[in-house]
Amino acid sequence: MGLLKKLFGSLAAVQQLPSGTITVDRDGRILSSTVSSTYPKPLLQTIARDVLELLREARASQMPLAEVSLHYGSLRITARELRGGAIIFLLPQTALLPTPNPPRP
Amino acid sequence: MENRNKILVLDDDVDWLALCRDLLVTLPSKPEIHTANSARRALTIIETEKIRLLICDLKMPRIDGLQMLAIVRRRFPELRTIVLSALEDEEFRSRAYALGVDLFWLKTEMQRNSKLFNECLESLLGRADREGDTGFRGIQSKSLMDIIQMECLSRSSTVLRITRGPLVAKLWIQDGELFDAECEGARGEVAFQRLLAWKSGSFENLPAEPRHERTINKSVNALLLESAQTLDENAGAATAASAEPLESLTHRKTIWKLSQLTREGADFILAVPPEGQGEPDAIGTQSIASTAHWTRKADEIAHRLGDKLEAGPLSHVSGQNLERTVILLSRGDKTFLVGWPTDATGNLTEKSRKLAASWDS
Repeated sequence: MGLLKKLFGSLAAVQQLPSGTITVDRDGRILSSTVSSTYPKPLLQTIARDVLELLREARASQMPLAEVSLHYGSLRITARELRGGAIIFLLPQTALLPTPNPPRP
Repeated sequence: MENRNKILVLDDDVDWLALCRDLLVTLPSKPEIHTANSARRALTIIETEKIRLLICDLKMPRIDGLQMLAIVRRRFPELRTIVLSALEDEEFRSRAYALGVDLFWLKTEMQRNSKLFNECLESLLGRADREGDTGFRGIQSKSLMDIIQMECLSRSSTVLRITRGPLVAKLWIQDGELFDAECEGARGEVAFQRLLAWKSGSFENLPAEPRHERTINKSVNALLLESAQTLDENAGAATAASAEPLESLTHRKTIWKLSQLTREGADFILAVPPEGQGEPDAIGTQSIASTAHWTRKADEIAHRLGDKLEAGPLSHVSGQNLERTVILLSRGDKTFLVGWPTDATGNLTEKSRKLAASWDS
């Protein structure tokens, strides 16, 4: 009883996608978050760090960006630059969303 | 000792000159280093010494770097030039390149990447003996088409004087628009078409003539496209067994890409191969190296983050600033970055995919 669970229980877990908004300062510290508290903090930290790196690299390449969006199959991450920090919107893309990426007018 | 290349560094900051000297003496080719803290002194040295490379600052009293470069380009067209400046403004970069400098480096970048800077210098000095290269002196490996595009992209106002042996042609450019052309006794569009047939030569920037009569009313891109197509048609009939098949093919490919870009209304497209598998290729942008660096980095970060979050395959990355929207996407083993004006309409992602798909066709 429970043999399979013992063997594969942790491996078979599906990671949830983050949904909500976080604000981060220029050092990558999360200042505020509306993402579920069950979502792993280190992953949120990774998102914050990577997004800031993306914006920083753009600045260093003489192509400063005010907004950047990463479009994945099941998640969209949109970040707006805020004085070195950023506000990051995490939007899971589900089949229920009619227009996940509406074209700009 | 006689064969050592001579480098002249011009900067009004004496401490910086000392720092540059210390860095340049470590170059493997052991060049002879000269320094000058004023343009006047630098010109004297260039006249007396056989200087191969000039490294020039932009912000200097009396004669500034851009003036100095204009003088050098006219009086010493064979001298290679590098701008080393603390000014991060893109406008200065564009203006320097329009003046025909070989490289533009920021001082901060040079200090941070001194190894890469040294490699660039060595590469420039190494090319010194290849006098038989095609392309227009002033900007290595750039066709006349590229030079005209660069002038127009930087919205400069100038008169381009192009010489090829005894032949002289002129192009009048005002605020990035082509006003008039004069070549081989012709004027206007006909002259422009004749000029584009030149494959090598040298050019210089003369002061703008804003009151010059306008004879050309088409956009530069449209005109380049038309001229290039005419050239191709003529060349196709006459040179079936041409001695330059590769050049012709590259030329044709450039025209095709340019026409695609113009038709879709994009600002630029950059194709970046994986690291170590070739050079990035672009149309419509001058800052290829820095943009390619960001493209690689952004692609790497986006893939890494996607894997960690288990968010599915990366479709694309988009970015925006006040000037333009950029779309980054992968196709095959290449990563493409397409720049669009902010007022571009329609589904830019799909349009970018289309451009990327046509890149290698």
